[in-house]
Amino acid sequence: MELRLVLRRINRTLLYLLLVVLALLYLVPIYVVVITSLKDNAAISLSHMWSLPVHPSFASIQSAWNQLGPNFGNSIELAIPATIISSLIGSLNGYALSKWKFRGSNVVFFIILFGMFIPYQSVLIPLLRVLDSIGLYNTIAGLILVHSIYGIPITTLIFKNFYSAIPMEIIESGKIDGVGYWGIFRHIILPLSIPGFVVTGIWQFTQVWNNFLFAVSLTNPPNQPVTVALVNIAGSQTVQWNVQMASALLASLPTLIVYIFLGKYFVRGLLAGSVKG
Amino acid sequence: MKSETVPLKQTQRTTKLRKHSKISWDHFFSITTLAPSIILLGVFVYGFIFWTGYVSLTNWNSFIPDFSFAGLKNYFLVFETFRFQSDLRNIVVFTILFIISCIVIGLFLAILIDQKVKAESLFRSIFIFPMAVSFVVTGVIWSWILNPETGVNLVLKAMGWKHLPSWFLSTTIVPNITVGQIQIGIPLALLAVLIAAVWQMSGFAMAVYLAGLRGISDDIKEAARIDGAGSWRIFWSIILPQLRATTTTVIIILTAASLKVFGLIYAMTGPGQEFVTDMPSMNMFQTTFQGNQFAQGAAISVVLLLIMAAFIVPYLISTLKQGEDE
Repeated sequence: MELRLVLRRINRTLLYLLLVVLALLYLVPIYVVVITSLKDNAAISLSHMWSLPVHPSFASIQSAWNQLGPNFGNSIELAIPATIISSLIGSLNGYALSKWKFRGSNVVFFIILFGMFIPYQSVLIPLLRVLDSIGLYNTIAGLILVHSIYGIPITTLIFKNFYSAIPMEIIESGKIDGVGYWGIFRHIILPLSIPGFVVTGIWQFTQVWNNFLFAVSLTNPPNQPVTVALVNIAGSQTVQWNVQMASALLASLPTLIVYIFLGKYFVRGLLAGSVKG
Repeated sequence: MKSETVPLKQTQRTTKLRKHSKISWDHFFSITTLAPSIILLGVFVYGFIFWTGYVSLTNWNSFIPDFSFAGLKNYFLVFETFRFQSDLRNIVVFTILFIISCIVIGLFLAILIDQKVKAESLFRSIFIFPMAVSFVVTGVIWSWILNPETGVNLVLKAMGWKHLPSWFLSTTIVPNITVGQIQIGIPLALLAVLIAAVWQMSGFAMAVYLAGLRGISDDIKEAARIDGAGSWRIFWSIILPQLRATTTTVIIILTAASLKVFGLIYAMTGPGQEFVTDMPSMNMFQTTFQGNQFAQGAAISVVLLLIMAAFIVPYLISTLKQGEDE
């Protein structure tokens, strides 16, 4: 009996040790980014990469912000409307597909869902030409349009799963009360939808903010989102590592902050992406 | 929750019956709600794919559009190139290694966290947070950590390693079997990309596995324990088989992510020397927008799409069918 307790104690200690070591490993990039960002040009050296900054300085963060700031603004201007539009469309679609099934509604769901998985390279050439012909190439408005449309599959999926959990009885009672399709949506479904909007909103914001392919294909300076600006800074031979890391930090700050405060909802979006939810 | 499902199903059935008996305005609204999305996706997904397919069959390989019919010429041209052959090797090698690593690490992390540990949500958050940053951020950061002149190599040097790896700058391919123009094997440079990609995506596998583990009822495990099964035996004979559907989901989603990988490569290595880290997505982008070989770029993207569809379509159909039966 004694021995078993001792073994258990050892096992638990090993478990925590393992978890802590693994967690620290996952945090290495954060450590590197933060300490490198806090070094100024004089303090940056290849041989002291791992050491803490002796005199922490915000010079590289300042310099990164000077280069990245306008693009950061572009990303905000892009991500917020695109998130709102695609979430609203997703909510309407999810309502129709979960509560008003009709013959073939599953086929419609499949047709919508497939758009989520395509490699976007396969639509890029026509997309560029169409945006160009309607005057939206190289504009934030064009990117908003693109992200709103290609966001429809995932927002529809999340809302369909979310609304499926709402019992049909509620809908039936609405019908008995004499409110129709839109009345039930407005007075019953929409008030219950806040968690659904939080999940889709966070997910879409993260996806749009982090997107690179559409951004790099459809915009030129100075209209580029922050991800493209970051790659340009990182690809430039003249920019020091401290400024590169500071740029990486700035570019990921909004999504990281959202994750830190609303991580639970982010994970729900993550799991919803696996179709069944 | 479970007791609710029975009446819920019954009501669904009655709605279905009612639908056939009379034309309902509400179902008309339901279809109208979906119509704009169907039209938009019809154009922007299906129409554009069709258009891309059409472009891939033309002679449009310069800055000026030329829609004269070329048959499958572009496909033959693309498949003959050293670059595209390297792409196919890279994407197969990368996808296999990526999925295996994410599954092993993700399942391992999920099992550790499932042991009723303290501060569970903190650990979970740490393993998942890389999912919240952009692939290009990951690429930029890891190209600094795996820079051969510093980063990890400093640590290895301090530990007494003589032959320090050159990470994503390596051009070595192991085992290096010549097939046609290219060497078949694992390009070592891809392992550097793999480390970054696994850091970013293993948390996804962990989250899905954790949800799967939580779905297995304690009764089954307890029954097995009473029957005298040890921890390992319970894991292999009871837990693992129950996670089969979860594993399918993980594999499909990770395959889709892997086939699409673009920003990470772009930010970290580019196509690499001798295309050791090139991918079809990268090749398509450069062929089309930097080389103005639109028809060839379109052909590459069609091949990529077909590979993706081969995985996704059966998966979607089977999951949607399951959902219908339930």
